[in-house]
Amino acid sequence: MKSKKRLSLGKGLAAAGRSQTFLYLGIGIILILFPIFDSDTSQVNVAAVAGVWILLALGLNIVVGYAGLLDLGYAAFFAIGSYAFAILASGQFNIHISFWILLPASALIAAFFGVLLGAPTLRLRGDYLAIVTLGFGEIVPRVFRNASIFTGGVNGIVGLDQPKVPPVLGWSGNFGFNPIPWYYLILAVIIVSLFLINNLRNSRLGRAWMAIREDEVAAAATGINTVTTKLLAFALGASFSGFAGTYYASKLFLVAPESFSFQAVSVVVLVMVVLGGMGNIRGVIVGAILIYFIQTYLLIQLPGWITSATAALNIDFLTKLDIGSYVQRSNYLIFGIILAGIMLLRPQGLIPSAQRKVELELGTSDEAVADLGSA
Amino acid sequence: MRYFVEQMTLGLTNGAIYALIALGYTMVYGIIELINFAHGDIFTVGGLIGLTAIGLLGLDHASPALVIPGVVVVFAVAMTLNGLVGVAIERVAYRPLRNAPRLAPLITAVGMSFVLEGIIFLLKGSNDISYPNLLPSGSLNLGLASIGLSNIIIVLIAVVLMVALNQFIQRTRIGRAMRATAQDRDAARLMGININRTIAITFFIGSALAAAGGIINGFYLETIRFDQGFRAGLIAFTAAVFGGIGNVVGASIGGFVIGIIIALVTGYFQGGGQWSDVVVFSILILTLVFRPTGLLGMRVPEK
Repeated sequence: MKSKKRLSLGKGLAAAGRSQTFLYLGIGIILILFPIFDSDTSQVNVAAVAGVWILLALGLNIVVGYAGLLDLGYAAFFAIGSYAFAILASGQFNIHISFWILLPASALIAAFFGVLLGAPTLRLRGDYLAIVTLGFGEIVPRVFRNASIFTGGVNGIVGLDQPKVPPVLGWSGNFGFNPIPWYYLILAVIIVSLFLINNLRNSRLGRAWMAIREDEVAAAATGINTVTTKLLAFALGASFSGFAGTYYASKLFLVAPESFSFQAVSVVVLVMVVLGGMGNIRGVIVGAILIYFIQTYLLIQLPGWITSATAALNIDFLTKLDIGSYVQRSNYLIFGIILAGIMLLRPQGLIPSAQRKVELELGTSDEAVADLGSA
Repeated sequence: MRYFVEQMTLGLTNGAIYALIALGYTMVYGIIELINFAHGDIFTVGGLIGLTAIGLLGLDHASPALVIPGVVVVFAVAMTLNGLVGVAIERVAYRPLRNAPRLAPLITAVGMSFVLEGIIFLLKGSNDISYPNLLPSGSLNLGLASIGLSNIIIVLIAVVLMVALNQFIQRTRIGRAMRATAQDRDAARLMGININRTIAITFFIGSALAAAGGIINGFYLETIRFDQGFRAGLIAFTAAVFGGIGNVVGASIGGFVIGIIIALVTGYFQGGGQWSDVVVFSILILTLVFRPTGLLGMRVPEK
């Protein structure tokens, strides 16, 4: 009886899997054909930048979602990737190393700094790690700003190299400011990352991360080397950030220190991960797209609409209130409400991973026992 | 020598403000082991409540005789209201998550920080808001150097508050309950201590002290800004860690030490002002790595 039930459940899962495969194939085809339908390529450009944020969110998800480590200095690795490229591929020192070499290299450089920071600090308890990464995230942009001989100081570095490929189908092969090749590049990177992360999640390492997240003491007792395992999550997350940094810097053609602050990057990516659902790849992607949409479209367009709407209504009281300008300034409040609200009301996020949901709702009851034991 | 005294004065004055913020971090961490990321912004809110009270009382252009009692009222009102803000945040955002996995209250604390910052940003915008300086402007001549009266008063206010806090924690029944809860919450509960009330009082006191710091900071800098709490909070947290997190005396000393370090780095190194934050945050990381119990830390963090 029981086995029969399980069998039908298995069948159901397989059917669900098949329909999911079609769904993903459909989404994939739409994404590949998308630039054809966008005649002035402005939306393609938006999508390419959104891709950077998706990549960042996927990387932070490894650290926060899988391994359960709160990294509040994620922007630091983004900055390191950006500046590594800016210094090694621009007129700053007249060094021009190829983008295609620096893209993976910057991931390694960021991972190296991740290890450098993580190795001594991952032994500390989780909340100390949060504050250490927060401190690191504040140090790195300041160093880039102050070390102006190397980094151009406040002005940053302008005129970065942009990638080139051999000419195909009448296209010169220069990326330049043409968003279409940039779009396909980030799309390819995200697809490869998704396969990589998905496999990693189900691997021995991925299961070790989740074991540590759920109960570090128990994980250590089963023979997992917790420090190495956490370090791998930390370094891998950092490498995603560094990779994204190089792409972003080259696409933008410049780097400047103020674009890597806690408020501009680290928290935004955290909000994406938390909103979508920590530990769930689909959730994180949806979260990234939602937040990107809110931040770069809604909060910029909405004030104008509201202002014109209140002007059209011609009610003096409403015009004086100037709701539009309030909406424009509401991003911090929105981020705060999402972070606190999700944690309080729906800790598993909008699209939860089944496992994480159980864990966050019930709590890990072992924790109290461990506390009593150590006290 | 004159220059050195000037820098030390600057350092002690800023240090007094950092110490007042650090006390809130260290008390909350001591009792529920939560880094209250919102505390830096509670400091800003306290300063703004003070500013509002000053405006309502019309103190910025009152006669000198009225200023002293007026300032006392401002402090009392701002500290009480801000204390209630802290209690409200604990009640709404932290208490429901007290038994949740550690990650949840930490992320919520970051969220509450942004909620407070967001509210101030929404209401006041991103510009510097001018703050009246109600402290006397004279200075005390000591031969070698002259020290501003305002600096002396700021340090005095801070020291008085610290001593009062320490006496409160060491001498009163509630203080004893706080220490007991910090040591072992379950045992304290078994001894009949009302844990929820004790934690709420801790948040009240921490936030009240932050309000005092916020007003002093406003007087001293003559300006207030919606996001000032982020940097000030991180520096104050460094002070708390440096002095040994959970240790009230340590946080006070740590605040002054960090203030002096910033002043000396800024005053004695070419372009040091740009690097002072880097130095402070490096101290934060290095202390946590090499001496997580801090200089005076008695409490050994588990794990």
